[in-house]
Amino acid sequence: MTQAPPVVVYEDSPPADIALADRVEADRSTRGPVLLFLSSAVIWLVVGSIAGLMAALKFQFPDWLTGSAWLTFGRLRTVHLNAVIYGWTSMALIGIAVWMIPRLVRAPLFAPKLAMAAAWGWNLFMLFGLTAILMGYTDGLEWLEIPRPIDIVVAISGGLMAISVLITVKNRRTQHFYVSVWYILASMIWFPIIFVTANLPLFTGVNEAAVNWWFGHNALGLFITPLGLGSAYYFIPKIVGRPIHSYNLSLLGFWSLAFFYSLNGHHHLVGGPFPQWVITTSITASVMMAIPVAATAVNFHYTMIGRFGALRHSPTLRFVVMGAMMYTVVSVEGMFEAVRSVSKVSHFTQLTVGHAHFGVYGFAGFIIFGAYYFILPRVVDWEWPSGNMIRAHFWLALTGIAIYVIALTIGGWLQGQAMLDAGRPFMDSVNVTKPFLAARTVGGALMTIAHLIFAYHFWLIINRKGKRRSEPAWSDRRSYIMQAPGV
Amino acid sequence: MDRYRVIFTGAVFTAVFAFFILSWLPQRQLNAVVPIDQLQPYTEAQLAGRRVYISMGCLYCHSQQVRDERFGSDQLRGWGRPSYPEDYRYDEPHLLGTSRTGPDLMNIGARQTSRTWHYAHLYQPRAITPGSLMPSFRFLFEVKDRAEPGDEVVELPPGTAPAGKVVVATADAHHLVDYLLGMNHNYPRADARAMPGH
Repeated sequence: MTQAPPVVVYEDSPPADIALADRVEADRSTRGPVLLFLSSAVIWLVVGSIAGLMAALKFQFPDWLTGSAWLTFGRLRTVHLNAVIYGWTSMALIGIAVWMIPRLVRAPLFAPKLAMAAAWGWNLFMLFGLTAILMGYTDGLEWLEIPRPIDIVVAISGGLMAISVLITVKNRRTQHFYVSVWYILASMIWFPIIFVTANLPLFTGVNEAAVNWWFGHNALGLFITPLGLGSAYYFIPKIVGRPIHSYNLSLLGFWSLAFFYSLNGHHHLVGGPFPQWVITTSITASVMMAIPVAATAVNFHYTMIGRFGALRHSPTLRFVVMGAMMYTVVSVEGMFEAVRSVSKVSHFTQLTVGHAHFGVYGFAGFIIFGAYYFILPRVVDWEWPSGNMIRAHFWLALTGIAIYVIALTIGGWLQGQAMLDAGRPFMDSVNVTKPFLAARTVGGALMTIAHLIFAYHFWLIINRKGKRRSEPAWSDRRSYIMQAPGV
Repeated sequence: MDRYRVIFTGAVFTAVFAFFILSWLPQRQLNAVVPIDQLQPYTEAQLAGRRVYISMGCLYCHSQQVRDERFGSDQLRGWGRPSYPEDYRYDEPHLLGTSRTGPDLMNIGARQTSRTWHYAHLYQPRAITPGSLMPSFRFLFEVKDRAEPGDEVVELPPGTAPAGKVVVATADAHHLVDYLLGMNHNYPRADARAMPGH
């Protein structure tokens, strides 16, 4: 237990020396959990990338590694999904949220040991969960494969994180609630609710499918997306040095996301054996996502306008703005995919796989990468050693995801059209995807190389390798110190 | 209410409301559906096979849901009659699937009735369907010098088995094929009103 903070509620802009002292105190309280969450996430990113690349290669070499059940496609693919969703994306986003919250509410993190325990629990869940999947133990539900006894660990971890964040915010010394706080607070409440409910073994048959997709889409919509947006709302104004364009727009974006995104799940059941009114409800909610998406896009755009030049100087801004732009595009794509006439072609195809990577990687992943580049120098008091490694990471990741998404979008659409035409044999729908699946492997390989560079660079910075710098390596050729520690 | 409580209450409300609409209401509605007598519970062997199906991740490439003729070519492809909620009465976990890298399997037992075909196809899919992307599941089989009494020897197209050896199905392969052969949901569905709103 940490000491109760003094009951001082500041005006929205306290004197600079107090603000700085608060920030130092905030950062000190989060150092341990942030480092643990962010380093663990990098390990799971590497594990997940390698599993994903191996699974992708199996489409070119279906007889490769078929000697044992451990490395069959169905298990490698599932290890990939769980490693990158729960290990990389979730742990990284929680680490970033833990770092942001005390800064935003000007109060130290409540009981940092709780967050440390949550991080260790989360790692245990990943380790046992992925091993179980490789051994063939699975609950058999997409996004909920890890066996229920192991799920208890992450449910407890999620609960601890919720307590930690809720009490930290309750101890706030600001009157104003910045929009990032809204998103983080809500997602920390949402995760335990949806995860525990979805794992209750109360449902069978199609009802279970309903709960499955209520969870599956909300893991994105009520956990990953709000944490990703909360981060973008923090870093974009912070780096360009101007407040967010419109407070009211961000409010509209938050509540419409909470209301509509939570109802999206059943567009995964379009055409399926389920009461049509429920599916129609989800399709409607999916199209209504236009409101939160437009509100967020407009808000970011008007915050950035006139400052796009800063993209050259800040790797964080480059990644985060790219992620925010991809959020808009992938969300619009998602709205169309939910509509019956499009879903008829795209459902059951590789297009969906492309869409999922576009969202989780292009949007959330890029924002996470950007946040790492901002947070780490402030946590370890050391600059990133190499500007070139950051550039290589950015361009390989961007080229990789572009190839990945474009290939699977075109390939998936052709696959769907072949499948709809009963005059063509089913194998046509398989054969037409093959060149696109090969391109996907190339994209995935570029992303994996980017992650290996990033992981190596991460290892360098947390061990304070390279020479001590007075300003970021990124801006060696320019005297731009916007990202110096402590600023 | 201060903003803290507004966010807390709003977050809980939206998640619970969505669960109510997307899961609780449809469950109430579907509980009223009359079960179909022709649908038999899985046998022990079929359940064991179903566990193999889940453990190998078959569900990531094969759906188990036939769509209505107004929505796709499933029926024209001979995949069977459209699926309804009551067809899944004994399914736990559900295996509806979200991908068709391979064909739908809701009625695979009606399309491919031969145990031999399934064994050969699982052992080496490309020996049966050239160009198939399905993994080989040869680890579900034993390769022996000669068959022993009680062994289920798999008949394979020439050149598929290792030279001079015989390929024998394991218990897992046997159960998996039991399950696949039992996948037949083409029994008639009498009451068109049984699923309101469909």
